[in-house]
Amino acid sequence: MADGVLLQLNNISVVYSDVIQVLKGVSLSVGENHIVSLLGSNGAGKTTTLKAISGLLKTENGKVTDGDIVYRGKSIQNSPPETITRQGIIQVLEGRQPFKYLTIEENLRVGTATRWGKPYKKDLALIYDYFPPLKERRKALAGYCSGGELQMLVMGRALMAHPQLLLLDEPSLGLAPLVVMEIFRIIERINKEQGTTIILVEQNASMALKIANYGYIMENGKIVMEGSSADLKENPDIKEFYLGMGASGDAKSYRDVKSYKRRKRWL
Amino acid sequence: MEFFIQLLVNGLSIGFLYGLAAMGFVMIFKSSSVLNFAHGELMALGAFIFLAMITWAGLPVYLAFPLALAGCFVLGFVVERLFLRPLIGEPLIYVIMLTVGLASIFKGIMLFIWGGNLYTFPDFLPAGLAIHWKSINIPPVYVVSIAIGLTFLILFGLFFKYSSQGIYMRSVADNQPAALSLGVHVRKVFALSWAIAALVAGMSGIVLGIINGINVHDLSSLGLKVFPVVILGGLDSIGGAVIGGIIIGLLETFTGGYLSTSLRDVVPYMALVFILMVKPYGLFGLVEIERV
Repeated sequence: MADGVLLQLNNISVVYSDVIQVLKGVSLSVGENHIVSLLGSNGAGKTTTLKAISGLLKTENGKVTDGDIVYRGKSIQNSPPETITRQGIIQVLEGRQPFKYLTIEENLRVGTATRWGKPYKKDLALIYDYFPPLKERRKALAGYCSGGELQMLVMGRALMAHPQLLLLDEPSLGLAPLVVMEIFRIIERINKEQGTTIILVEQNASMALKIANYGYIMENGKIVMEGSSADLKENPDIKEFYLGMGASGDAKSYRDVKSYKRRKRWL
Repeated sequence: MEFFIQLLVNGLSIGFLYGLAAMGFVMIFKSSSVLNFAHGELMALGAFIFLAMITWAGLPVYLAFPLALAGCFVLGFVVERLFLRPLIGEPLIYVIMLTVGLASIFKGIMLFIWGGNLYTFPDFLPAGLAIHWKSINIPPVYVVSIAIGLTFLILFGLFFKYSSQGIYMRSVADNQPAALSLGVHVRKVFALSWAIAALVAGMSGIVLGIINGINVHDLSSLGLKVFPVVILGGLDSIGGAVIGGIIIGLLETFTGGYLSTSLRDVVPYMALVFILMVKPYGLFGLVEIERV
């Protein structure tokens, strides 16, 4: 993956409010046009990693205290989000954050903030092509849309910015399985057709590994494992802890108490 | 009946001016949750800038008016840049106290330069603008204030509904983290909302100054009237601010006309207390959209 590396995190540490250390030396690299997934349990530091990249840490009183983040050969750690977004890195926040009192179409138009001259007509057509349900609801207030529509909306809004690197934070959160499949299909399409590099943070590991090229596993603010999706899917630990299968490959059983101890050792 | 119509028109025109001033107040509150206690002083400053341009610089009105508005706009930018921006991220109460301090400073500067006297603008509005119908007499200034009020309301309505910048401003008010994540320049939005607020406050100050004459104390205490207006309309509704302004304006003139002139200035605050008790979010305050 050495050739065409778009983004590189070198041993970064992140501290909130000067005291709470959340990331303890995270390194990862993202190749151009790849989908890289970042897996891990709650509180492992996945969202913080994304926020460190997009610069949104600043608004939460967080800081990259160590290491550096290199995007297209330039150091970007601790830059304000206005600057980072203008270089083509857009984060889609966790838990769908629509502008509730704006219509779908106005929400999408906010996505043009980083672009010169704020053109939007052509892009709207493209977004409606990716997300047909949005077109029917384009005059509706976002506050009254369903979870699936909102997920499409926030992804479409990010696409309006023509991102080169899209950071998706748990796009499947709280969605019905069929909608999740639809969303992942679209993520794959965006990656292929727009050439957008994607970092995907997910709890739904099997889905994420299905579309990603490469994966990182985080625990407690550190990367504990990495590998191509194919390798990760075959790894017995991953199978057991993230894909919900017993070590032998069948469904996991509560009798398998030992898994708890093995997990401890792993951290 | 004629008396009623006369009062109605007076009330409407005063109401539009209150509404305009309140609109600026609501814009600041919506974008940054700051209550601007210096709003009345901004109104007074607008009027005095206009006065200075007409009397000291001797500019013709058609030049002085846009220049004064531009001056207010720049003033809003400068105030945000110098005083408000360093406080971004600090607790809101600091920022609100800062606006109280700003109010005193502005008032002091105006008193220093112009003193506490009552000034009047030279009569420059063409008499042809006045409307006479039966025994109803509407002086030109009321016609002008309704016209200006309507024009700016429509302009701002279009700006917020359709222009990219207007939509960004609404997005910041709606969900600031999301706006940041999309690269909306939030600090620019704050600056712009202060600039626009100073502009509309200055404009209503100018027209109110034409109606009542300008005096530092009178105009800055008018700023206090912004509170009943915005609370009636709903603190976070720009349309509500305008309608609240019109209602308060009408209430005032009708009280002054039918009951007693001394009650005039009290009625808005009585309305304020009443509304807070009955409908604390105001007539058009945002009804929280919650999906169940």
